[in-house]
Amino acid sequence: MGKSTAHPYMANSVPEIQREMLDAIGADSIDELFSQIPADHRTQHPFDLPPALSENELTRHVIGILAKNQTVEQNLNFLGAGSWQHHVPAVCDEVVRRNEWLTSVFGEPSSDHGRNQAWFEFCSQLAELVDLDLVGLPVRSWGSAAGSALRMASRLTGRNEVAVVRAIDPERLSVIRNYCEPVEMANHIAVRLVDYDPATGLMNVDDLREAVGDQTAAVYFETPSYLGVIEQQGAAIAEIAHAAGAELIVGVDPLSLGVLAAPAHFGADFVVGSIQPLGVRLNTGGGVGGFIATRDEDRYAHQYPTLLLSIAETIQPGEYGFGLSLFEQSSYGLRDKGNDWTGHSVYMWAIAAATYMAMMGPKGFEEIGGVILQRAHHAAQRLAEIDGVRVMFPSGFFKEFVVNFDETGREVDEINASLREQGIFGGKDLSREFPELGASALYCVTEVHTGNDIERLVGALRKAIA
Amino acid sequence: MSIEPKEYQAPVWNEPIIHQMGAAGRRGVLFSRVEDEIEAGVGPASALIPEAARRRDRPALPELSEPEVLYHYLRLSQQTLGMMGISLFGTCTMKYNPSVNEAIAWRPEITEVHPLQHDDTLQGTLEIVHGMDLILRELSGMDQFVFQAGGGAEAAYVNCAVTRGYHAARGELEQRNEIITTIQTHPSSAATAATAGFKVITLMLDENGYPSLDSLKAAVSNRTAALMVNNPDDMGVYNPEIKEWVRIVHEAGGLAFHDSANFNGIIGKLRPREIGFDACMFMLHKTFGAPKSGVGGPAVGAYGCSAELAPFLPSPLVGFDGNRYHLDYDRPQSIGKIREFWGNVPVVIKAYAWSRSVGAEGMGQVSDLSVLANNYMEKGLLAIRGVTRSHPDATSPRLEMTRYSLETLKEETGVDIHDVQNRMTDFGIDAPWTSHEPWLIPEPFTPEAGEMWGKEALDTWIAVLKQVSDEAYSDPEHVRTAPHRQAIHRLKPGAVDDPDTRAMTWRAYQRKTGR
Repeated sequence: MGKSTAHPYMANSVPEIQREMLDAIGADSIDELFSQIPADHRTQHPFDLPPALSENELTRHVIGILAKNQTVEQNLNFLGAGSWQHHVPAVCDEVVRRNEWLTSVFGEPSSDHGRNQAWFEFCSQLAELVDLDLVGLPVRSWGSAAGSALRMASRLTGRNEVAVVRAIDPERLSVIRNYCEPVEMANHIAVRLVDYDPATGLMNVDDLREAVGDQTAAVYFETPSYLGVIEQQGAAIAEIAHAAGAELIVGVDPLSLGVLAAPAHFGADFVVGSIQPLGVRLNTGGGVGGFIATRDEDRYAHQYPTLLLSIAETIQPGEYGFGLSLFEQSSYGLRDKGNDWTGHSVYMWAIAAATYMAMMGPKGFEEIGGVILQRAHHAAQRLAEIDGVRVMFPSGFFKEFVVNFDETGREVDEINASLREQGIFGGKDLSREFPELGASALYCVTEVHTGNDIERLVGALRKAIA
Repeated sequence: MSIEPKEYQAPVWNEPIIHQMGAAGRRGVLFSRVEDEIEAGVGPASALIPEAARRRDRPALPELSEPEVLYHYLRLSQQTLGMMGISLFGTCTMKYNPSVNEAIAWRPEITEVHPLQHDDTLQGTLEIVHGMDLILRELSGMDQFVFQAGGGAEAAYVNCAVTRGYHAARGELEQRNEIITTIQTHPSSAATAATAGFKVITLMLDENGYPSLDSLKAAVSNRTAALMVNNPDDMGVYNPEIKEWVRIVHEAGGLAFHDSANFNGIIGKLRPREIGFDACMFMLHKTFGAPKSGVGGPAVGAYGCSAELAPFLPSPLVGFDGNRYHLDYDRPQSIGKIREFWGNVPVVIKAYAWSRSVGAEGMGQVSDLSVLANNYMEKGLLAIRGVTRSHPDATSPRLEMTRYSLETLKEETGVDIHDVQNRMTDFGIDAPWTSHEPWLIPEPFTPEAGEMWGKEALDTWIAVLKQVSDEAYSDPEHVRTAPHRQAIHRLKPGAVDDPDTRAMTWRAYQRKTGR
């Protein structure tokens, strides 16, 4: 592009307009307007940046680079582990891309009413899935939801230790540890890991009993767990936590809640989880988002670090709108004296999730839960029929399960390399994260996988271990 | 500047809450049943769930057809003014989110990619992420960027975690438990520091619009872990002593973090690293043209630091050996994870595309035009009755924002900033931003023009505020009862906080109102 050409994104990049504006200000040059910055703060080194590209050049340049990627459309994918491949209805994409709310900023309840209503409908529909009355606007990930909930529990109880199940995504555990502060800090929250039963993958309740006491602020577990297993001892775990005066925090995959019990039904005080499975694409990991839900009681409401959005009547009888509630307690209201901190999150994904839940309805959630269970169990059965391949927790899982290759004598990365050559992304390698599981991988099977896909995987695996 | 403000009329759909819509039995999306052989092999789905873990009730979700859902949300999108009119929302750097960037980021090479795929299958994305890293290094002088933080506040939190890691590695973390910030630095710096376990010392402003050097000297000690400060601040004021600040903090053994939230006013003019800062943060959803999504994200706080701090950055980093890109997880001193996976990749792609479209020359033009527009607006705004500027004695031109006050207008008419905000929306102007809490200036407002808006848009904005000021003096009731042309009226005062009425979900609302 020529040097003196106006830039399409900048309406005032026309020299004559700038002159007119400078004349109105009474300045000779734009540089004069930077007089606050001392000369020795200004850089002495020119910026070595590539030249501007026209839209046509830009498209070719970026798409040319992106073509080096391989996608889950071109390959058969069995990776999950917190970023799960589900069918995303086209309506979700169209709605979430609407420029009106995509480019919006906060606005007023009256002028940005529609976007606020969509956010409220996210909270309201998720509330039905988890069967709890209070849901905050989303947080940045499941880990940040869990970390925040643990801190809320610590403040509520005045205690500084939490019991966390060990069958957890190491990435999420790392997020939690960062939220709980290192030992040097005065308010350090100790994370005590609770074992899982090596035979079933379920929480080791005896170990939990040992771990929990009057120092425990909260017990945290997930169902399905990171290893895929549906926890069925929820009521017993709740009893142990509550007997010690601790809060029970349960992490969920909300997509499972058409068929799996809402944790509130077995005693959870907090429910946290991911919103990515609700109509958000993988986005190379940029699809993750989290939520926090509790009973609608003041003791919980006053601890939320997230922004909360309340429905409210307007000054016109019979009309309602939506506004930020309890804003004062947030870090926007009270800076370092507020409840932890808030800021940009994944509110656009909340709109995708609202759309998704509205598309699904109760029947959709029930149906998809059933289809996933059947497809995943079918896949597990077929894989287990391969010589040397074992499914470690062969029953009671949802969409992910642990596949062990010890008897094949092959490492997971070798097997995955072979699968990749055959156009398949094998399950996540667990060998380093959970050495006790041996050469194991976490496979994810959802409604998108057909019987033929599973047969293709079986054939490719046989070849990989041959 | 003879613009006659014209009123706008928002769509009034009276759209019900989704739960009030639909009818039993309707479906929005179907899933193919499993093949008969599979069903025969695994049995019914319910039998695959342990008894104690089965859901007994049905979630009370609405039942709608596909088009009902689509048009409901499209109507809601229409009832969102956002940037459809003119938005000069201060501190948020409202700028164009190019259509081409959206189109690129929604390609399957981004959306249909799993973050745990093997590096060999991610080479395109890794190349762009690395390219964005190099662009930001060049603009900031830092040695390494990481994109894991999902927003500016989370990047501030990364800074606190890196600060902990750095001092812990030197065995000084227990002793260095204080972070110094300023009252005009974004609340997230103070809040993340407190959440990370630090004591927070907040410096107040003096008459020049920034805290005095003496106040900093009094706060700094061998307990200082770090300084977290923005510059310029949210009033467009640049602290000319900032180099000395950084020197003093370094001398005491602390780190210095530049919250580069307001970088739009100085992009291409200075590098935070050359001022002496150890780390900085760019908001790709502001300065680099990606959408803000209602200040909601997904966003990216790109955190950059010196080579000395780089070992502590969250993992993974994107590395390049001259031939191949890779995700580096093998970093023993890393603070680990702040958020799962490696960041909001689509946002990084959009920011990269914006940077390549703007190019070397355009980067400098961005701050030129932003600062020009802000000072141009100041002429027009200060000519409006009832409008004054913060720190009137600080006479140098402000950078990309100016903090104004309607204190005079309120005293003379009873009309306050909230009334003015609401009335401005009747003209299709997104409500101007006031100020972070606490308000240091009564009845504040803070427009930030940025580089996108043309002179006519700025003139329109000024003309609308003048019209609203005129109305405040001639017919204050009309302003106090605004808005008059929006999808809904003002909320009942206090209703969102009253424990008897506040409801964050429809079911809570039904319970509390008995409806």
